[in-house]
Amino acid sequence: MELAAKHFKASAAKALVDVQLQKALGNVEKGFIGKRQKAAAALPEFDALRDNARDIKNHVLAHLDLYLEEYERKVTASGGIVHWAETAEDARRIVLEICQKAGARTVTKGKSMITEEIALNDHLSANGIEPVETDLGEYIIQLRGEHPSHIIAPAVHLNKEQVEGDFRRVHTHLPEGRDLSDPVSLLGEAREVLRQRYFAADVGITGANFLIAETGTSVIVTNEGNGDLTQTLGKIHVVVASIEKIVPTLEDTSQILRVLARSATGQDMSVYTTFSTGPKRADDPDGPDQYHVVLLDNGRSAMLGTEYQDMLRCIRCGACMNHCPVYHAVGGHAYGSVYPGPMGAVLTPSLNGIEETGQLPNASTFCGRCEAVCPMRIPLPKMMRHWREREFERNLTPLTGRYGLKFWAFFAKRPKLYRLAVSFGVPLLSVFGGSSKRFRSLPFAGGWTRHRDLPAPEGRTFLQAWAQREALKQEPAQ
Amino acid sequence: MAARQPRVGLFATCLVDLFRPSVGFASAKLLQDAGCEVHVPVAQTCCGQPAYNSGDRADTRAIAEQVIEAFEGFDFVVAPSGSCASMLKKHYPGLFAGDAAWEGRAQRFSDKCHELVSFLTDVMMVRDTGASLDAKITYHDSCSGLRELGIKDQPRKLLANVRGLELQEMKDSDVCCGFGGTFCIKYSDISNAIVTKKVVNIDASGADMLLAGDVGCLMNMAGKLKRQGSSVEVRHVAEVLAGMTSQPPIAGSGK
Ligand code: SF4
Repeated sequence: MELAAKHFKASAAKALVDVQLQKALGNVEKGFIGKRQKAAAALPEFDALRDNARDIKNHVLAHLDLYLEEYERKVTASGGIVHWAETAEDARRIVLEICQKAGARTVTKGKSMITEEIALNDHLSANGIEPVETDLGEYIIQLRGEHPSHIIAPAVHLNKEQVEGDFRRVHTHLPEGRDLSDPVSLLGEAREVLRQRYFAADVGITGANFLIAETGTSVIVTNEGNGDLTQTLGKIHVVVASIEKIVPTLEDTSQILRVLARSATGQDMSVYTTFSTGPKRADDPDGPDQYHVVLLDNGRSAMLGTEYQDMLRCIRCGACMNHCPVYHAVGGHAYGSVYPGPMGAVLTPSLNGIEETGQLPNASTFCGRCEAVCPMRIPLPKMMRHWREREFERNLTPLTGRYGLKFWAFFAKRPKLYRLAVSFGVPLLSVFGGSSKRFRSLPFAGGWTRHRDLPAPEGRTFLQAWAQREALKQEPAQ
Repeated sequence: MAARQPRVGLFATCLVDLFRPSVGFASAKLLQDAGCEVHVPVAQTCCGQPAYNSGDRADTRAIAEQVIEAFEGFDFVVAPSGSCASMLKKHYPGLFAGDAAWEGRAQRFSDKCHELVSFLTDVMMVRDTGASLDAKITYHDSCSGLRELGIKDQPRKLLANVRGLELQEMKDSDVCCGFGGTFCIKYSDISNAIVTKKVVNIDASGADMLLAGDVGCLMNMAGKLKRQGSSVEVRHVAEVLAGMTSQPPIAGSGK
């Protein structure tokens, strides 16, 4: 997708008045938060597991090169092929080559944010290969020509009437009078349509939630089972995954799995957890003839050893956006980037540069709810602040804000001058506030008073009033 | 002989200083009643959050140095704000990381810093402030206090012992009010959407008074309540705990 993060404010303003979207966003708040809370509360060791999960990934990141090499060895030993892709372009080229070599006309795809990151669908389509999304949410947004608005619930911005409309528009081979009034019938219809496509597909492309170094295995978790069909029915299975998906062992995988689904959807486990190691062996009843892994860097190795390294622990559970008041207000598309919400506000500047994406780490109240629920204990607000620092250092912050800040800081650093300034300003403002004790509008505070009244100061500053009271106390009794 | 009274430096916070001196006086009274000797150093302006959260580390550090110099001589430093207290306690040390001259000093300073209500309950072991107020209140948990300092039960415990007071919890009391310092100006439309939801929950609680521990959040919520014509009155929790409610509420009373 085209990066539109610099239009965040305008997109957010549109989103705020989009009645349909606002209704759909209400479901994010209602749906995910309570379920996660319940799942976490039901598991006494949940917080200890989070610590473990964090430590596992920290260990991996400290030795990433070793584990990647080990992983490649194991994949090769099991008959698979590892391709290293430094950039998105490299990854696109490699996947296309695999498809073209196989003479593929259509490819099925499991849900994968990485293929969104490298804009794979557009690239395949442009080269005459039709990508078919098989996850229901992804399928829906593909029909609409949209991008995911949430990393685990790509179509969360839509309601079922919209989906019904899309199905009627596209599935013209089905009877017009059919009943599509409830989600189950929509799911049934999508299944029916997609089933044909699985068998016609030459290549199945999936992402990976984990890559296990010990065994050379890739792991995906899904709730619909579409990933399994995608990767077993095609002749070729291509896994596209970024380098930080590595975990050392199967045991580590199961540790992190215990916090993943609970944080994401509140399930103990996702319905399907699928492990794939290499292509079909001689005595396997099914499986692909070829097994490829495209390992994508795309800026990640440059995050190692920086203040953004912790972001590479992310397991894409979506909890941070599920709990974010800004995400709840504007939805995922407003961010104008592949990854929305708090994790996107940190990751997107790393992948795309802060110049174009500075809005994202700024659009946060720093309420800290994302960090509080992140299963990998990623300090998201702290890293957003670091982005603001990089911006400030490089004079990328808007000038008006910068001057305002400098003006204020000049006084804040000089208590005597500050006292003098406020000892005049505050009483004046208080008098203007009048008997209502508030302002409906103030010329220099439009950002505030456009939406709310500004409480008027009481009168003197606290320090003035306190000094006066203390002085009175000191006076000797007459 | 009685033990020496703890000497407390009251960090008023810029918003209390400018907008709500009553909170400063209420804080001083609560601290004195708890047995502290209260000092208000004049060399205080702001904790530096506006600069810190705008990425301006140099100014933040200059402000932090000045706060540390003004306050490090006290036994405790107390602020009537979870957000400013957390700035002093949790964020100052990081500003000096790797600076041998300041690192230890900032850490020792940080150890002395506390938010007012949790200082009363957890350090001074106050259970009952002796206040009474006939009111149905609801309590908003401000984000930094809640998530960075773990303040949740402390104000509720003290409020439970205010005679005549009834607590009506609102839905999502732990969700951000949309203030976020400069956020509410820079992203005023989004901030408005967030505070609008908050105000719905406040109104639905049936309370006639809203309390919280941070003047910034309170001004935001009070401003929205008044804009919408709500009669819910808004005060800092310290005013109620100190029994000092003679000042008109934040943004006034009535609709
Ligand atoms: S940052 Fe944390 S909460 Fe957000 S998606 Fe990643 S792991 Fe989940």
